[in-house]
Amino acid sequence: MTSATLAGLIGAALVGLGLYGLIANPQPLRKILAFNLMGSGVFLVFGIVARKGAAAGLQADPVPQAMVITGIVVAFAASALAVALVLRLFEAAGRATLDPDAWAKPPDGGAGAE
Amino acid sequence: MSVLQALDIGLAFLVFAVAAWTIFARGAFAATVGYVVYGLLLALVWIRLFAVDVALTEAAIGSGVTGVLLIGAAARLRAAETASDEKPLSGLTRVFAAALCVLVALALASVVLLLPDQGPSLAPLSMQKLPETGLGNPVTAVLIAYRAFDTMLEKVVLVLAVVGVWSLAADRYWGGAPGEARAASPEPTLAFLAQILAPLGVLVGIHVFWVGADEPGGAFQGGAILAAMWIIVMMARLTEAPQANAFWLRLALVAGPLVFLAAGAAGAIFAGNFFAYPPGFAKPAILFIEAFMVLSIAVTLPMLVAGPPRREPRQ
Repeated sequence: MTSATLAGLIGAALVGLGLYGLIANPQPLRKILAFNLMGSGVFLVFGIVARKGAAAGLQADPVPQAMVITGIVVAFAASALAVALVLRLFEAAGRATLDPDAWAKPPDGGAGAE
Repeated sequence: MSVLQALDIGLAFLVFAVAAWTIFARGAFAATVGYVVYGLLLALVWIRLFAVDVALTEAAIGSGVTGVLLIGAAARLRAAETASDEKPLSGLTRVFAAALCVLVALALASVVLLLPDQGPSLAPLSMQKLPETGLGNPVTAVLIAYRAFDTMLEKVVLVLAVVGVWSLAADRYWGGAPGEARAASPEPTLAFLAQILAPLGVLVGIHVFWVGADEPGGAFQGGAILAAMWIIVMMARLTEAPQANAFWLRLALVAGPLVFLAAGAAGAIFAGNFFAYPPGFAKPAILFIEAFMVLSIAVTLPMLVAGPPRREPRQ
């Protein structure tokens, strides 16, 4: 197995892990983290497409590489916006949960809010 | 099995283990710290794919700047975490979710294994046209010449993200400064680090941008390193973030895309096509555009990390 194939398999595993984190972790920040993990897995799978396009004296096709670089920067911009939204929610409401049932209850889970 | 293969397999296990840690760790803070380590390990994987430009970007932005952003958020959300409004998923849902994710990963893995050894490639075409750009690094040529329109729009995305983040400020803070004020007596260790690291980092950042024309590196990577240095100095509270309504700040934010767009329009007039560079003048034009892109990136990333304004604007 070449190192490129191995990297592609890591990418596939990362997408699976990230997807699981996105579904199973209830906190919004953890979801952002999991989404980033999934994204980097997708980039890695794209990276081996670049590696398999090695030709003309280059070790990897430069076009997918450039697209991944663009992707990493855009992923950061999206994460920054998502984090700002979560922090704003926390500032305004005193909690940052995505659970609709929790919003029906008073803050602090109902304890001490008689 | 050669030494390199053994290292590859070891690296693969490490990346997977740290990635699993960021998903399954108990605390959000521990998970985000894991994510920084994960980003650096991933940069090593990119080097093994002979994509050094991507490795630099992943280390600087994917791991470094994203790491600062997430760790800062995790620290501020600690109170929310202990309040534990969250109900964990039921066991059965978890099993279903895990089965779905394993299925997705297996499907992707089989696609990876079925890929032909030699795929379709744009490498010959990009090497053939490379002399016309005057550059030596084909990745930079793709970013600034062949797919210049993409890169320009991506700069616009960064500006829009800053607009989005600033829009989340409370009304009375609009136009004010994000982050904390300059400290009267900064924390000595952090201040010392910032004073030693920042001047060197600025040199490294400019160097990475400059050699990017011919070697791995370029505007993104160099700009990200410069951004990191500004973030360190702000974190040490040796300086404070500028007010969001400062004219120079807004000019620096849009300088990259504006110059890029102007150069594209000039290409329509002088070289006969939108985003075409005149023959023999391509390299100076590309470096000129890149210089402004570096400036914009170096200002945009710290503003995205600093978040919305949190103090009232001074008159």
